[in-house]
Amino acid sequence: MKGVNTIMEEKQLRLTLQRLAHELIENHFPFEDTCLIGIQPRGIVISDFITEYIKEIHPNVKLNYGKLDITFYRDDFRGQIHIPSITDLPFSIENKNVILIDDVLYTGRTIRAAMDALLDHGRAKKVELCILVDRKFSRELPIHPDYVGKSIDSIVTQKVKVYWGEEKKVILYESV
Amino acid sequence: MQLSTKHLLGIRDLHQKDIQLILDTAKQFKEVLQRPIKKVPSLRDVTIVNLFYENSTRTRISFELAEKRLSADTINFSASGSSVSKGETLLDTVNNILSMKVDMVVMRHSATGAPHFLAQHIPAAIINAGDGINEHPTQALLDALSIQEKLGALKGKKVAIIGDIMHSRVALSNIYLLTKMGADVTVAGPPTLIPKYLKDSFGINVTYSVKEALDWCDAANVLRIQLERQNQVLFSSLREYNRAYGITKSLLAALKKEIIIMHPGPINRGVELDSDVADSGQSIILDQVENGVAVRMAVLYLLSGRRDANA
Repeated sequence: MKGVNTIMEEKQLRLTLQRLAHELIENHFPFEDTCLIGIQPRGIVISDFITEYIKEIHPNVKLNYGKLDITFYRDDFRGQIHIPSITDLPFSIENKNVILIDDVLYTGRTIRAAMDALLDHGRAKKVELCILVDRKFSRELPIHPDYVGKSIDSIVTQKVKVYWGEEKKVILYESV
Repeated sequence: MQLSTKHLLGIRDLHQKDIQLILDTAKQFKEVLQRPIKKVPSLRDVTIVNLFYENSTRTRISFELAEKRLSADTINFSASGSSVSKGETLLDTVNNILSMKVDMVVMRHSATGAPHFLAQHIPAAIINAGDGINEHPTQALLDALSIQEKLGALKGKKVAIIGDIMHSRVALSNIYLLTKMGADVTVAGPPTLIPKYLKDSFGINVTYSVKEALDWCDAANVLRIQLERQNQVLFSSLREYNRAYGITKSLLAALKKEIIIMHPGPINRGVELDSDVADSGQSIILDQVENGVAVRMAVLYLLSGRRDANA
């Protein structure tokens, strides 16, 4: 991997995710009419952390937490077949506030697909977007996040990757 | 990850990982089919022709529904009522349809190898929906998905295929698939309806006793007697066939365990399968039909992504 630049170390990453969780609590507590939905596959580590953390601070809160796979809604699957993951929405989103959670916001195309996928499950009252890393000035669609972990400047040839294994960090690297 | 093939002509050409990929993808489509809106936009830029040179109810409806659920545009063609009766050849017919910008062809034909022939001559992706007595790959895939759902992973499972093995494309596709996935297969039926070299070619068991096969298996796939393909007398009467090889309630009641009963349809009730068995709780015949749509969606979806790939 060339030109690797660590954007967030583990400590900062945890703090940022905790802040995002607190922002969600501030706006949506007690989450009665709100559902949190992680976007498969890479948004799940983020949404898992955030929901776990919310439950830690508010053990009695009942969270509607689901996972959404958007493979069949992508507009770029011709070049490369994406293998679908599980969609698990064990509740109705009808007339609820939905918070979509993903790791990186880049062109906005994934979120476009996620909104289409979401509409097939019902009519949400309001849809918000929670993102760990926002790659500024690179949108190809008019999509804007409501909760941002960190905004960064990057160029087309660079990629952002979130590591969530033994080592937890976010890096920016040259893809070519 | 993608399929190693551009067409689905038979299970024979598939690798184990292709089969696994199709089954895994089908499971996700099953979830789509449970939603209030059972439709995804994946194939909205794809046009598919369903080319049926032979009669079909389930397969045809299932394919058409799968295509519609994927938002593809579809055209239906059946040989009767078309210019085929005026003498137009298969290749001419298909080339004419393709010139109207069709991307994929789903075809059923009474001649073995018809889809293979087309695959060599036209650029569209071809899915075999049954060719003569050769293969019916999507049926084998949906059978596999149904077995997997009821019994878990295919490896090591015992599956008996019972009935008219000789004339059944379902049997051949199932034998290919199950042996590739590590399941054990026994075929059973009258000696006149079981090809001689089956045992040596596939390393599967052959028995002429239905009771023995049922005793052994976890799942029994019962096949239809294909009278339309038999041009000589292979057993004396349907009634006699039922007495000797039909699956009856008492036969199943005598077994030590409960097995699942499958049938690709259409059923000849009272011939290969008695009504009380077909409608019993052990029968998963209607689950098979349900899984058919998901499996066909998976095949169409995965192959559509291969369209632009180089050969």
